[in-house]
Amino acid sequence: MATEERALQQSGGQQTFKRRPRPGELAIRGFLFFCGVLSIATTLGIVYELGKESLLFFQDDRVSIGEFFTTTIWQPQAGGFGIWPLVLGTLYISFIAMLVAVPIGLAAAIYLSEYASNRVRGFLKPVLEVLVGIPTVVYGFFALTFMTPLLRSLLGSNVVGFFNVLSAGIVIGILIVPLISSLAEDALRAVPDSLRQAAYALGASKLEVSTRVVVPAALSGIAAGFVVAMSRAVGETMVVTLASGASPRNFMLGEDSLFSYILNPFQGAQAMTGYVAITANGDLGYNTIDYNSIFAIGLTLFFMTLGLNSLSRRFVRRFRQVYE
Amino acid sequence: MSIEAPERPGRVEDLYPSEQEYIGHLGRRLRKAAVFRLFCLAMLSIAVLALATLLYTIINDSFGLVAIVNENDPEGIVAGLGHDPEEVGLENLEYDELVGLLEGTVSSGVGRRLERDQRFYEDRLVFESDATWAEICTSDAPPSGCTLGPRGQSDILALVFERVVVPDVIATYELIPSLFSPEVFEEEVAAAFEAGRFPDHTPDQAAIEWRSWFNPTFLTTPQNSTPEIAGIRTAIIGSAWLVVITLLFAVPVGVGAAIYLVEYAKPSRLNDFIQTNINNLAGVPSIIYGMLGLAIFVRVLEPFTSGAIFTDGVPPSDNGRTVIAAGLTLGLLTLPVVIISAQEALKSVPNSLRHAGLALGATRWQTVRSQILPVALPGILTGTILAVARAVGETAPLILVGAASFITTDPTGPFSKFTALPIQIFQWTSFPQQEFRHIAAAASLALLLLLLTLNAAAVILRNRYSRRAE
Repeated sequence: MATEERALQQSGGQQTFKRRPRPGELAIRGFLFFCGVLSIATTLGIVYELGKESLLFFQDDRVSIGEFFTTTIWQPQAGGFGIWPLVLGTLYISFIAMLVAVPIGLAAAIYLSEYASNRVRGFLKPVLEVLVGIPTVVYGFFALTFMTPLLRSLLGSNVVGFFNVLSAGIVIGILIVPLISSLAEDALRAVPDSLRQAAYALGASKLEVSTRVVVPAALSGIAAGFVVAMSRAVGETMVVTLASGASPRNFMLGEDSLFSYILNPFQGAQAMTGYVAITANGDLGYNTIDYNSIFAIGLTLFFMTLGLNSLSRRFVRRFRQVYE
Repeated sequence: MSIEAPERPGRVEDLYPSEQEYIGHLGRRLRKAAVFRLFCLAMLSIAVLALATLLYTIINDSFGLVAIVNENDPEGIVAGLGHDPEEVGLENLEYDELVGLLEGTVSSGVGRRLERDQRFYEDRLVFESDATWAEICTSDAPPSGCTLGPRGQSDILALVFERVVVPDVIATYELIPSLFSPEVFEEEVAAAFEAGRFPDHTPDQAAIEWRSWFNPTFLTTPQNSTPEIAGIRTAIIGSAWLVVITLLFAVPVGVGAAIYLVEYAKPSRLNDFIQTNINNLAGVPSIIYGMLGLAIFVRVLEPFTSGAIFTDGVPPSDNGRTVIAAGLTLGLLTLPVVIISAQEALKSVPNSLRHAGLALGATRWQTVRSQILPVALPGILTGTILAVARAVGETAPLILVGAASFITTDPTGPFSKFTALPIQIFQWTSFPQQEFRHIAAAASLALLLLLLTLNAAAVILRNRYSRRAE
């Protein structure tokens, strides 16, 4: 009672519950809000800078936006500015990477979630995580000093070039296995046990439970993992720069043979990221067409990965709706 | 999910196999299941095998036999100074004797250049006359030797090896074949001599010896264009600077953003947008951050990143391709990862703590600072260390912001030009000569050991934290 009376006296006989203004509190809140908004500024910065330089690129007399998206020759010195050879390199390498990573990653995830004992999982999961932690430049070294010589000795050095799409694709595949396996394993483990038990009760074998009940139930989660891995493969830089060569695979549809040239996995093909890295390496003068061209390619790459990432989030959301 | 009623067959027996049929199928089904299990295990083993092969490749290239030719034999040099080569090696010589060797071997032009880079003695000059020295030191652009202290013992020893002994590795061999078939290497070297591939040397000049490309000297000598004597000190110091700047930027901002999103933000369109945006940023390829860094930090903010606005006269660097530009770029790159992991850590703090703090009349910030942050701190630290470990290995953004590959002087501050470990690995890997491959492997080994240390620190933190939470 005594304290209450004192409080009443202090507030002039009237008890007020009004908030006391706290400038310190407000300033901190303001700073924290600023930190949160900085991420939006980063995105805006990326879009603005990439967009501005790309615009300068397309305003150049030697370049036209139609040509950029429709022609298939990338030769900046000779005025060829068609992005398709670089896109071909990127997509082809990513395709090979997915070909390697999807079976390995999915099977590894099924094993870890459906078969492995806790002890085995406790040992194998960290091993896969180590693969994510290794810097990509080390993977590039690995591609150039191990994978390429291996392919050349297996298939013949007259067939496989020193720089080739296959080596880069396989190594990027290894690099993205842990992405697929960890996301897929999370999805598989999120499938309620009641589904498994119901299937076992009907007499299904472990294979049938895994492939016909658990995997379909976790499909959107698994697909999200695939898309994330694909996005990582598309944006991967060091492996393609080191192992896939520095010359774009220019082609003419209809004239060049599809299988022995355009889609030949044994020869090099520069990827979008590889072009950007090699062009920017060294002192690149501002306001040159080379400088502007890397931003146009960067912008294309940005939208490609953005599209893939939104797709994966859509899959994840669908997956959550089913089980949460 | 909707359940559709199956079409009803005429009789119930048609739906299920008879007992004989079931037993007949059973063996095949179980065999298939066993094969599938083996397949999954095999795929998992491939992933583990890939990791093992990667480590094997690096270690295999980091050690091995080399055939080395010295222009001047170290034993002969030591004997020439009147020592017993059995007891005294080059590394045991006095500083004065080493400088004397250098003085007797290199041309006066090279000597003057070395002296201008860094003096040999505090009080006297070896190659330059006092008058010229005073003159060049008062000129507009004095060389680094005017301000730096004298060279140290290890530095002069490295110089003697580089300039007097002049070792030349003429052939190298990898670890595993060196261990199991060293004689093949000897035969190869002999055959190469016979074929006349080394016209400047005779076979008896060549010594075959073990070499660990990854050694203490490699870690402590600066970059050099000759692979035999190149080291990664410059790169390690550059990487250390990057880590410091990345941390100073990403930790306060990242944790601040996480606190805002978890503790303050109410569900609104803006806050949802911030969250989506952070998730999107985490998926943007690192090379695009490099472009952002090039356009903003290197180009637009050049007066700041070159240090020009902090000095009246000559800026520390002539353009913005400096440590601070790269550090801020890596900071932006790690920011989403730090935010997301800090959010996870904050969300795992039980709500009762918040309620207790607020019920006692603490303001929101008081609750956060004294109740929630201390509990979430280990989780935040773990996430931050892992994010930094990722940033240390990033190469593409550094290429874009223009880390120079050939820098022989250590960075001295945030506005210096620099090189970093991954840049060195990239550069050395792209050279065709065998020796560069070995030092690229040794540098990779150094980088992996650094990352291992960081990850081990994160694991230890996590374990300590989870024990306390139990």
